[in-house]
Amino acid sequence: MANRINLDKILKILEATSTLEGIQDVIEKVRDLFEIDHIVYHWVDSVGEQYGCGTYSPEWVKRYLEQGYLRTDPVITGCFQRFHPVDWKRLDWTSKSARVFLKDALEHGVGNQGYSIPIRGPNGQFALFTISHNCDDETWEKFTDRHSRDLILLAHYFNRKALDFEPNRTPEQSRTLSPREVDVMTLLAMGYSRAQVAETLSISEHTLRVYVESARFKLGALNTTHAIARAMSRGLIVV
Amino acid sequence: MLRYVYANDLHKFSDLAHSMFVDRADQFKTRLGWDVDIDQSGEERDQYDALNPLYVIWEQPDGSHGGSMRFLPTTGRVMVNEIFGHLTGGVPICSPFIWECTRFCLSRDATSKVAGALMLGGGEIMRNFHIDHFVGVFDRRMIRIYRAIGSSPDVLGTEGTGRDQINVGLWEFSPNSFDMVAQRAGIAPEISRMWFDRSFGGPVDQQMALSA
Repeated sequence: MANRINLDKILKILEATSTLEGIQDVIEKVRDLFEIDHIVYHWVDSVGEQYGCGTYSPEWVKRYLEQGYLRTDPVITGCFQRFHPVDWKRLDWTSKSARVFLKDALEHGVGNQGYSIPIRGPNGQFALFTISHNCDDETWEKFTDRHSRDLILLAHYFNRKALDFEPNRTPEQSRTLSPREVDVMTLLAMGYSRAQVAETLSISEHTLRVYVESARFKLGALNTTHAIARAMSRGLIVV
Repeated sequence: MLRYVYANDLHKFSDLAHSMFVDRADQFKTRLGWDVDIDQSGEERDQYDALNPLYVIWEQPDGSHGGSMRFLPTTGRVMVNEIFGHLTGGVPICSPFIWECTRFCLSRDATSKVAGALMLGGGEIMRNFHIDHFVGVFDRRMIRIYRAIGSSPDVLGTEGTGRDQINVGLWEFSPNSFDMVAQRAGIAPEISRMWFDRSFGGPVDQQMALSA
């Protein structure tokens, strides 16, 4: 399992993807970079349309659908309509159907460890981003401690990319910066300190932090520096 | 004790849930005079209760509601963006690391410990789910209560005056403030951890299932 991940590189590849099939390629790349067994992304929108991609074997996907595991899979029942990330150890595997499912999943190479991130998007959209692997508890805990934050971010950026391909989707304004965010990013790009930006715009530094965070997420960036670079390269701010 | 319950699990704690919604009616309608809807059973609910939020609830020794608050992720529909968007400079707050906290409510017979316990619950959410900030809507009266429990928000925007004043505020997580909030609440971090694990499934009891 990888210790250090170049998340920036992954986000660039993801952003450059212009087809739904492309997301499948990216998910395989991400799996390889993290050096884990599997990553799966699955979404359901407000009218029940589904889409999924991932690295499970075709046999397991077929078996999963044939057996109707969607109804008994503790990962699904434990994450559906929720929004906190879950280590599979915290799910309820005690029922007979869950144990049957687990045995089958292990035999199909899903892995004995898993971490799932439920995502709540616009208009009642729900998605699930899951990583799984075969290793002991200690190794897994170390891995999730180190990477869960990046994985949450990655999950949401995957989701946003998938939303781009939603049929009949209404164009949303959510990724253009608001005037206030443009002001903040422009001043930061000009080399102003946070305190100076806050003072110039007559807002508190805490308010500033929220504006930077919302701009960062819109821009699909990892941190403030990254966000400024992206805003400039897209011509959203001019310095 | 603290319970963390998603809306679709509230039926497992029906008395506790009912007394929470009744206490919300008492606080927001009767005491604060907010324009909120009360149903026939005396419960206050709004459109965000229908989005399967996560509630953090203080359960009194007799099983009734002592205090509570409600969480939703800002990547989905939230009150601060849909109703109070004009208070945050027209910038919709949307991030996987910011959750909205609303309907902070204390029952009339809640002891002073309850508010602090709820804040501690907020701290557990932040440190376990990688949440950096909570953004919330609250009235002026709450500013004093938040200060008393050592968890003052930064006010992002305000409208109205006096009793009608509404604020949008921001809480930030820091490990140091977690310990301080625990101390002020008079609750040992180990106990808090136990309540959290009881609601979200302890990592230890499941060991058997996964290796079986």
